[in-house]
Amino acid sequence: MKIEINDLRFTYPTGLEALQGISLTIEAGEQVAIVGQNGAGKTTLVRHFNGLLQPSSGSVLIGEWDTKKHSVAKLASRVGYVFQNPDEQLFSKDVGTEIRFGPRNLGYSKEKIDELVTRALSLTELSDKTDTNPYDLSPTWRKMAALASVIAMDTPIVIFDEPTTGQDAVNVARIANVIAELRKEGKTVITITHDIDFCAENFDRVIALSNGKILLDGSARDVLGQEEILAQTYVDPPQLTRLGKRLGLKETVRNQDEFLKALK
Amino acid sequence: MALVNLQNVTYKYPLTKTPALQNINLQIKEGEFVAVVGANGAGKSTLCYTLAGFAPHFFKGEMSGSIEVAGKESSKSTLDEWVLNVGLAFQNPFNQISGAKYTVFEEIAFGLENIGVPRDEMKDRVNDALALTGITDLADRSPYSLSGGQQQRVALTSILVMQPKLLVLDEPTSQMDPIGTREVFSVIRKMAEGGMTVVMVEHKMEWIAQFADRVIALKDGSILLEGKPGEVLTSDVLAENGFGISRYTSTAREAKKQGLWKKEKLPVTLDEAVEGFKK
Repeated sequence: MKIEINDLRFTYPTGLEALQGISLTIEAGEQVAIVGQNGAGKTTLVRHFNGLLQPSSGSVLIGEWDTKKHSVAKLASRVGYVFQNPDEQLFSKDVGTEIRFGPRNLGYSKEKIDELVTRALSLTELSDKTDTNPYDLSPTWRKMAALASVIAMDTPIVIFDEPTTGQDAVNVARIANVIAELRKEGKTVITITHDIDFCAENFDRVIALSNGKILLDGSARDVLGQEEILAQTYVDPPQLTRLGKRLGLKETVRNQDEFLKALK
Repeated sequence: MALVNLQNVTYKYPLTKTPALQNINLQIKEGEFVAVVGANGAGKSTLCYTLAGFAPHFFKGEMSGSIEVAGKESSKSTLDEWVLNVGLAFQNPFNQISGAKYTVFEEIAFGLENIGVPRDEMKDRVNDALALTGITDLADRSPYSLSGGQQQRVALTSILVMQPKLLVLDEPTSQMDPIGTREVFSVIRKMAEGGMTVVMVEHKMEWIAQFADRVIALKDGSILLEGKPGEVLTSDVLAENGFGISRYTSTAREAKKQGLWKKEKLPVTLDEAVEGFKK
């Protein structure tokens, strides 16, 4: 499902103009990372995709739906949103109930709900924790419960707001695996992240925001190679990209395989 | 003399069966910058809470062994005495922000108000702290109107302003942009050079290697390894135990197998990697 954003502007009630004319199109099935300095407008932008925020001017289309004309509840059938902080999202007495809540509200049949919940639990490796209260889980598993509850809604578009924050290497790999599975299913995945190495290894397209505007938008290889421009929005290129540059490699490399190949 | 001295510290939260910390022995010199690494659930935050006095004073539970900071013994002190020497910035800044203040400036002054610092001195200290962490332009904003990374800077600043002898930071840059992260590390380094003792939980190995004096690797509540960042962070033991490692280290380890990395020692920082891969 396509996302089309036309000259989107948004001003908070305090007078802060957080988005200053954003236009972009995201095609169905794209894997997009949004990067940029704190306060650049990343979260403000994605909160327009499911109607949590409404444009001050300009428009956001999810498929043929204008977000101004559809409720957040309705948009939830198209756009799933995993919050930066799982504590803002979880509320049920146990993980199983939490994960059923979304698909049940979308009115799926019982069989379909069972199937979606089982799949979400297995993707996030939570199958043995269905009876646990989400707040008795460690922060790592609470994050996975937040992911699972959104994945279970089976929306064509899934948004992750800083999924790897505070996660160890094992769990970052788990989250990368969830994203890879969603990609196989043809979902659109949009992820805000400061973890540039994670971004380089898991996303095809990167959008860099700065002060409410798009600074760069293109393939991960093109965007992540632009060290000087990225610095304007407080982003460093990935470690191996920086290393490749310093060693004078001709190609911009993004990951270990590309680096070792270029080195030979 | 060591500013921090932990002897045989074992701690169990109420209602849990296994201890979160087991037999920790740790001495930290004044002005030392120690980074703590480990997987989720290794006991990193519990170590922070122990140093900050929250365990056991606030969380209760069972503590054994001796915890000494700045010549005071935790079991013989109250939490309000303890916080005059030790400041803790929480992992989640949202849990730390008081909710009682309308502006960032007031939020950062909150701790100073509570210990009765005179008004003029308070203003100066808040302004200095805001400048130090680069958030002077946020002073009049509501703490709740900020982005995650900005909130995290406020949380850090509100502790720095107290000028604790021991600064304990639980993943203080987890929501920060990459260059902002580097700036915060550099500010912390400066504080350590000025004599503040720092214990910082972090996953960002490249910056730990560049800025910290020592690394402690925790696993299942115990110290698995400790030593100089260059040694601990490149150790095979870390890689085998599922710790995060810098891409420079993991890539050089693979390159070594293919004969593309000739040195004995693996790199953690960009400069070390450039040096070793240079033809």
